[in-house]
Amino acid sequence: MSPLYSIYKREFTSYFVTPVAYVFIVIFLFLTGVFAFYIGAFFETNQADLEPFFRFHPWLYLFLIPAISMRLWSDERKSGTIELLMTLPVSITDAVIGKYMAAWSFTAVALALTFPMWITVNYLGNPDNTVILASYIGSLIMAGGFLAIGSCISAFTKSQVIAFVISVVICFMFILSGFPMVLDIFQSWAPQAVLDAIASFSFLTHFTSIKKGVIDIRDVIYFSALIIFWLYVNVVVIEAKKAS
Amino acid sequence: MPVTIKVKSLNKSFGPINAVRGVSFEVNHGEVLGFLGPNGAGKSTTMKMITGFLEPTSGTVEVNGFDVLDNPIEVKRSVGYLPEGAPAYGEMTVKSFLNFIADVRQLTGSHRQKRIDEVVDIINIKHVIDQSIETLSKGFKRRVGIAQAILHDPSVLILDEPTDGLDPNQKHEVRNLITEMSEDKAIVISTHILEEVDAVCSRAIIISSGVLMFDGTPTELIAKSDRSDIDHAFRIITTPTVNGKRETSAQ
Repeated sequence: MSPLYSIYKREFTSYFVTPVAYVFIVIFLFLTGVFAFYIGAFFETNQADLEPFFRFHPWLYLFLIPAISMRLWSDERKSGTIELLMTLPVSITDAVIGKYMAAWSFTAVALALTFPMWITVNYLGNPDNTVILASYIGSLIMAGGFLAIGSCISAFTKSQVIAFVISVVICFMFILSGFPMVLDIFQSWAPQAVLDAIASFSFLTHFTSIKKGVIDIRDVIYFSALIIFWLYVNVVVIEAKKAS
Repeated sequence: MPVTIKVKSLNKSFGPINAVRGVSFEVNHGEVLGFLGPNGAGKSTTMKMITGFLEPTSGTVEVNGFDVLDNPIEVKRSVGYLPEGAPAYGEMTVKSFLNFIADVRQLTGSHRQKRIDEVVDIINIKHVIDQSIETLSKGFKRRVGIAQAILHDPSVLILDEPTDGLDPNQKHEVRNLITEMSEDKAIVISTHILEEVDAVCSRAIIISSGVLMFDGTPTELIAKSDRSDIDHAFRIITTPTVNGKRETSAQ
């Protein structure tokens, strides 16, 4: 068994030996339901699709993903297990990827457990299931983006609370980077090219097309680049701060 | 006896603080080296550099011929390390924790389970094997830490305060264990208990304020004191104001 996979396995099972996993999954399922049925008006729209369900995923992830990622590294640093981990024959990159993949798989489990939504919509009408599948994949990729940010931020601090709050703020900026509340900060001094670049960082923009069932290669590249970037920073931060 | 650990003019500074200053020593196969010094002297920092957790500011560490900066994974493979305070994943059971270590250490086949059983037996943790680590007493946590360190039967063992928090019986067991293992390993232990040095170590090193003050056998250390008292010898070496005479007249 490769060291990366051993770390992945340990991290993934650790979610389920504590109540964290169950609390998270229940809250996630409850909130996706509430948003889809009440705020998204799933029934009233009278359409056999899951758009009202997927529409709110960025906003749910905004708070729920940092709740998963906040402990990834800050807990290791606080409890001192990072010293154990970093003196085992494992590279920092393996450790970062292993832990990240475990958190991502856990999110995938939570997302997969929303399958009653899919059954419901298929029972009530004839939805385009390829669109639904694309939306699920898109939602999972977006969750991966949020997680990479959260994992990196949790490496900066020993406090899970600080990791949570900072991650939420940064994720919020990424969701809204195409909107005036973020762009206004840069409007007065940054050139138009920078503004366009920042606007193109928006999770919402990239998720909108995926949500319609179109997996555009540009969106996939965007999220992949984002994940690689944050995990790379994560490795650098662990390297620098592991012992402090 | 082949040299297993080679530490050469090691320096480590944290900002303006020089935690370790020009420390050099070697440990041979078959030796048990006792690492002594007052709190904050740089013992743990030196151990962290040998195990590759901390990068030295300057100087080199070689373990089994591998430089710890150039070949960190090779070094980590041949070293078993008990960090200070014996950190472990509290939510895991002893069994799953040892299995995790076996996974990362890539122990496979029948050898793997045999080795886990062996270590559980040697360290005497069989009856807590299904308990989660956070529910264990300090002594058992320390033992799990030692079990984790020796699981892959490393040729080099670095134990940071292995007997801290253990009761006298457990201390005795751990000392016996170290003596038993010493034949085919190079072992470094840090401790505050000076009798321990006399009991298990073949050599002792004292560092104070990051500087190496003494390197010799326990007998040589005791000889530093005119009263043949190891505590007294330690005080003479680590506190500059204390010399034999003043200490005697004060009492």
